[in-house]
This record gives sequence, C-alpha cells and structure tokens, in this order.
Amino acid sequence: MINFNTMGELIAMAEEKELPIHEIVIAREMHVSQRPRAAIIELMQQNWAVMQASIKRGIKNTEHSVSGLTGGDSKKLFAGKEKGYLGTQALAAAAYAVGISEVNAVMGRIVACPTAGSCGIVPAALYAAREERKLSDEVIIKALFTAAGIGMVVDQNASIAGAEGGCQAECGTAAGMAAGALVELAGGTPSMVGNACALSIKNLLGLVCDPVAGLVEVPCVKRNGFAVVEAMLAADMTLAGIRSVIPVDEVIDAMNRIGKSLPKSLRETSEGGLATTPTAKAVERRIYPDS
Amino acid sequence: MHGVFDIVGPVMIGPSSSHTAGAVRLGLMARKILGEPAVKAEINLHGSFAQTYRGHGTDKALIAGILGFSPEDERIRDALMLAQQQGLDFSFQTVNLEGAHPNTAVIYLVGATGRVARVRGASVGGGNILITNIDGYSVELTGQYPALITIHRDRPGVITQVTQILSRYEVNIAFMRVSRQNRGETAMMIMELDDQPADEVMEECREVYEVENAFTIPAI
Repeated sequence: MINFNTMGELIAMAEEKELPIHEIVIAREMHVSQRPRAAIIELMQQNWAVMQASIKRGIKNTEHSVSGLTGGDSKKLFAGKEKGYLGTQALAAAAYAVGISEVNAVMGRIVACPTAGSCGIVPAALYAAREERKLSDEVIIKALFTAAGIGMVVDQNASIAGAEGGCQAECGTAAGMAAGALVELAGGTPSMVGNACALSIKNLLGLVCDPVAGLVEVPCVKRNGFAVVEAMLAADMTLAGIRSVIPVDEVIDAMNRIGKSLPKSLRETSEGGLATTPTAKAVERRIYPDS
Repeated sequence: MHGVFDIVGPVMIGPSSSHTAGAVRLGLMARKILGEPAVKAEINLHGSFAQTYRGHGTDKALIAGILGFSPEDERIRDALMLAQQQGLDFSFQTVNLEGAHPNTAVIYLVGATGRVARVRGASVGGGNILITNIDGYSVELTGQYPALITIHRDRPGVITQVTQILSRYEVNIAFMRVSRQNRGETAMMIMELDDQPADEVMEECREVYEVENAFTIPAI
C-alpha cells in the first residue's frame, strides 16, 4: 500500500513514480478509506465550495463578532487592494484570509484547515492564485490534496493543535500547506513543494497561542492575513530557486521540539502573552462581567 | 496518521472546533439519548466552557444540538431564539466539577412525553466528544459508532444473551462497557457497534427477561 510518514517519504514516492504529490495523497486516502477516487474528489469539491462561499461572504462582511473584537476588516483591506505596497494579488489573498476568519468568528460556516483558528490561510492562497492565473477548480482541488498531505505529515510528527504546540502548529502548519500547494500549482517539483513548506514553517517557528479572552479572534483573525502573504513569499522564494538550508522534515521536528518547550501559558490557555496585557484583561472583564 | 479530511475539514460552524462544533455534538448526543424532542434543558458548564461560553457561542451550540442541528448547520447562531420559538425552555449555570475535563457540560433534558435524561460529556478537541455519564452510569461514548444501550437487572448471563442476539444478526461489537450502581440492582451495558442494529435486534434485546429497556443511539 501507499503510505508516508515524513515529507521525505512523500517526496521520494512522488519522484520515483513521476507523479505530483497530490496523486500520492489521493492514492493513500483511497486505500485507507476504501472509497473510490471519485468519492474522495467529490468530498474535496464540497470543501472547496464551502471555502469559496466563506471568502465571498468574508470580503463583504460588516458584522462584528459577539465580543465586538473583530469584523469588517476584510472588506476594508479588499477595497484598498489596488493602492497598497504589496500588490493586488497579495492584498486580495490577505483580505480573503481575514474574511474567512471573520466568518468563523461570527459563527458562519467554514472548513477547518487544518483548524478553525487557521481556516483562512490555505483557501485564501488558492483562491487568489486561481483568480490571478485563471486556474480551473479541478486544479485547485488537486492542490488541496497536496496541502492536506503536508498537514498530515506535520500532524503526525509535530502537532496541529494550538493547545499542544502553540500557534506555529495552527497558522504555521497552514502556511506550510499553502506554500507547498502554491508551488505545485506553479509547476514546481515535489522537492520544491517540500522546500516551500520548510521555508514557510521555519519563519513561523515559535509562534505562541495567546488569544485575548480565550476567543479565536485576537490575534487570530488578522494573523491569518499575515500568514497567507508569508506563504506566498515562501512559494515565490522557492520558485526563484532559493533553497532552505534546513530540510523540511528537520524543520517539522524543530517545530515539534519547540512546541513541547513552550510553557502552558502560551498554549491556548490565555494565561500569558497578549491575553494578559492590560487591554486584553479589560476586554475580558467587559465580555465576562460575572467571572 | 489522520486522513485527508481530518486536515482539510471538517466543514463546521465557527468559531472553535472544541467550543462550538464539539458542543453541538454534545447537545446532539444528549438529544439522541433522550430519544424524543426536549421541552426543557438545564445545562451546567464547567471549566473553559464555563469561562468562555458566551464568546464562543457554546450555549448556542449546545442548544442547537439539543434541537437536532448538525455541527455545520448555519442556524446554530440563532439557536437560542429558535429554541424559544419551538417551546424548549432552557437555562445555563456555571459549576465546578472536581477533576472534570475543562470542556465539560452536564445536560439534563425533559422530553415531550416526560422522559428525562442526564448526560455528562466533554468536548475533547477537534470537534470530538466523549460522553462519560448517562443517568448516573459511567460510560465512554464517542458518537463515532452506533451504540446499543441496555438497562437491565445485574444478574449472570444477561451479557451473553444480548451478545448472542447480536451474533445471530452478524452485528460486530467494536467497544463494550458494563456498569452498575449496586450489586444485584440495575445495571447498564453500552456497546459501540460497527453497524446500526436493525429494529428486530432491538426487539429481541428487549425480550430478554432481565432487560428493562434497550435502545440505540445512532452515530452522529
């Protein structure tokens, strides 16, 4: 059967069979779930449809979350995307990512990717690429399998839960997934996919999970916007021929070790970092007056 | 290793897989255990659930589940209003339960015909749940498999009789647990199965002399 536990194994398998990474991921899923290829593609199509709906809703969103901390920022960013320093595609991607996260915060429908807190990054990167390069949904759906394969390896060898590994495990993993998927979409080889993933995760190592008032809002919503731009840069660096000195599996191992050495106060407990600033404490008292 | 759709997925209503999606599933399990629409719900919240339930919509999510909504139903955000419209009387209290998982809820439901159920469970991460107590009996139920539950007299041979019925209908038991309050009194047996048992299976289980009641909870 087709199986992989590391990015190295996934890349080697793809190169040996002269297949893109998504084909290896799809083949493994067919074997493990005992479902035909069409059924698996169909499920991913459904996820992509929900992702697109959340983007369209996000960039128009003016509703604030129950806490009042987030809402309406995606719309502002999207409106100003022609005038910024970053360029239209990157700003649109950031607006999509913030928008999906705002939809999440107002109890809208999203796809966890790999988690709800990091749900904006992968869909935003792929949607922006599709718009800019006029790609088909079919191609994007394949790229989602590549992203999934990367996430599966990180989940296996480190963690994708903020409570275990801090935000590097959530937004860091999502950025690595997005960077790898973007490189594959641009025609990069499997080892280039791994390289983009390494560059992207490396830059977010050590990121802590310290949400204000315990909510998936501050800093999470805007961070999704930052992380998608970072993933795009990792993809562009790779496509320009820049190599990560540390190979991707060693980066993932470093992420695992860093996650284990993060204190509990910086792993989704809201007992440290931003969550214990005077402003955050005041927000907490306003939202939860009785506790 | 997890599958593709554990990483890209599930489709869910935000903002939090543990505080929202998992909470819907807890409510849904309580509703399935009650076995009929609820007219009254008293919910106790412990730990992180107690601290952050308003900001995460955990209250809306639990009520949505009790109303029978799935974790991806966009009506979850309006669940409190919909509950009032549908005549479900609900209340929330925060409590401190010694040693309980930080995301624990105790849900007491009264059904339309007067049936009651008290269900304790926790949202254990990624939208997954663990029901740990039903009506005073210790259980371990994830909702990932259909379950068969019997309430029976604590006598030798009851387990054999029930499992023989399952064997005859070729229903495979994945996980099983028996608990009781006192020796020789009422006991509870919970079996998580690979397939949903047919009505005939349930009827035969109810015909076992010592079995006071047998019911199934579908996977959610």
